[in-house]
Amino acid sequence: MSFLRRERSVLPGFGLSLGFTLFYLGLIVLIPLSAAFIKTAGMSWDEFVAAVWSPRVIASYRLSFLASFAAASVNAVFGLLVAWVLVRYPFPGKRIVDALVDLPFALPTAVAGIALSAIYSKNGWVGQWLEPHGLKIAYTEIGVFLALTFIGLPFVVRTLQPVLEELEPELEEASASLGANRWQTVTRVILPELLPPLITGFALAFARALGEYGSVVFISGNMPMRTEITPLLIITKLEQYDYHGATALAVVMLVASFCLLLVINLLQKWSRRYYRV
Amino acid sequence: MTPVKCFLGALALAFASLASAKTIELLNVSYDPTREFYAEFNKAFAAHWQAQTGDTVVVKQSHGGSGKQARSVIDGLQADVVTLALGEDVDALHERAKLIPADWQTRLPKNSAPYTSTIVFLVRAGNPKKIKDWDDLVKPGVAVITPNPKTSGGARWNYLAAWEYARRQAGGDDAKAKDFIKRLFKNVPVLDSGARGSTTTFVQRGVGDVLLAWENEAYLARKEFGQDKFEIVVPALSILAEPSVTVVDQVAKKKGTEVVARAYLDYLYSDAGQDIAGRHFYRPTGVAAVAKYAGVFPKLQLFTIDEAFGGWAKATKAHFLDNGSFDQIYLTK
Repeated sequence: MSFLRRERSVLPGFGLSLGFTLFYLGLIVLIPLSAAFIKTAGMSWDEFVAAVWSPRVIASYRLSFLASFAAASVNAVFGLLVAWVLVRYPFPGKRIVDALVDLPFALPTAVAGIALSAIYSKNGWVGQWLEPHGLKIAYTEIGVFLALTFIGLPFVVRTLQPVLEELEPELEEASASLGANRWQTVTRVILPELLPPLITGFALAFARALGEYGSVVFISGNMPMRTEITPLLIITKLEQYDYHGATALAVVMLVASFCLLLVINLLQKWSRRYYRV
Repeated sequence: MTPVKCFLGALALAFASLASAKTIELLNVSYDPTREFYAEFNKAFAAHWQAQTGDTVVVKQSHGGSGKQARSVIDGLQADVVTLALGEDVDALHERAKLIPADWQTRLPKNSAPYTSTIVFLVRAGNPKKIKDWDDLVKPGVAVITPNPKTSGGARWNYLAAWEYARRQAGGDDAKAKDFIKRLFKNVPVLDSGARGSTTTFVQRGVGDVLLAWENEAYLARKEFGQDKFEIVVPALSILAEPSVTVVDQVAKKKGTEVVARAYLDYLYSDAGQDIAGRHFYRPTGVAAVAKYAGVFPKLQLFTIDEAFGGWAKATKAHFLDNGSFDQIYLTK
């Protein structure tokens, strides 16, 4: 990959492929997004503020962003663990476990939501043991967090895996032979290499969680002020024929996600430079 | 977008009619709990139409939350007829897309509602929380399941029925009613987006003590999941739900299906159609079917939305739009 990128100036067809890339991105990404902005532009400023800054909407931002952040963080930790195990240790059934990681990608999210709520509701396999102890998962914020964790896992694992595979065990052996203890090897040698892909995986999982709708609505209970996610409010507004309000919310989500992803990208760039020198 | 879709639809239809001149396809866009009813009704109508004209009619069905369905039709879903949960959603077809004339509701008998329904309570076997009427729903410790009135037609009927009940109590007024509703929704642990979702939450997930449900949905749930597991409790007062039907003129005209679409709806009013409605626990309106199913449906005092709230437009504005009473009960602590 990096080989191709470095050499691309001498490869033929640059103009054509760039033109196609821009056209494709424009068609698939930019035009639908700009439609949201154009629709919103039809609102007056007061209407816009009323639509995107009412208490119920703010409560939904809080849940959407916090739950997504928490889910992506958990995935960053445990996804790293899963990726590490899958790359470094041979064990029977490894291919199956490896394939399992991709399931959240492939499963329709509504199915995931129904399955999760069936398992964690008070008569479900897991829920029936937890509810008597006062731990409610389905129809609470924890349920939202759980669904978002489920759909985000493969993003972290699949971003980390190729980098881990490139990371040679010799590096660790060298570090050990130079007198570093295990902790130092992990924090000084391995983690710095893994930080950039880890941040990318985190960002992907986070972005995915922010936009997630299908699985969450089944397990969240959709209680106003408590367990409503922002995408649900967008749908709610659509159902009330409030197209402007819906696109206004979408624009807020878009801008906020874009800013966050930008910050994360900068962070990643910084981490790469900081550790590589 | 829409003209292109229309054109493609027309093109597809033209080819279809060329291929087999005698097969007509209708699309009936309906709401959530009518699946089973229309599955049977469509078969009966197809047989009836074939006997009468020799043509084959294939009726396709689409189901979902009533508001969402109306929106799909407005956005270009080529429905020949709509059979939605409330008149308001049908009104939207006129107001937002001029697909039907303003006076659509007067075109068919009984306010264009061939069958009616009401809102009843479904409770668990033995009625452990002793729920008898609306005021039992606000007692502490009772968990009530209802869909979100913002997104579900059925939930709006629930909400308005509870509101009117509170208003009709001694010393009742709108303020008291709002307080009653607020206490009621304090007891609601889950708000699904549609009536079917709520039924699933209550029946399959085992959440809640009482489900506010369409009468037909309550009967259906009992039939499907066991007569011994659930009981139906009929409150003293409830709302007369009038699910409305209409031909979508603009679409039917374009597709050339006006005649059969109209016949389809007329057949809902026929004795055969009414009988099927009764069998699926919709309250029939035809004399013969009313008599036949008199024993099935309990008698209760029913009020209409026009009497109590001055029609859907007013009720929606006061209760369900942004900053309506439903929004307010969640904002004030």
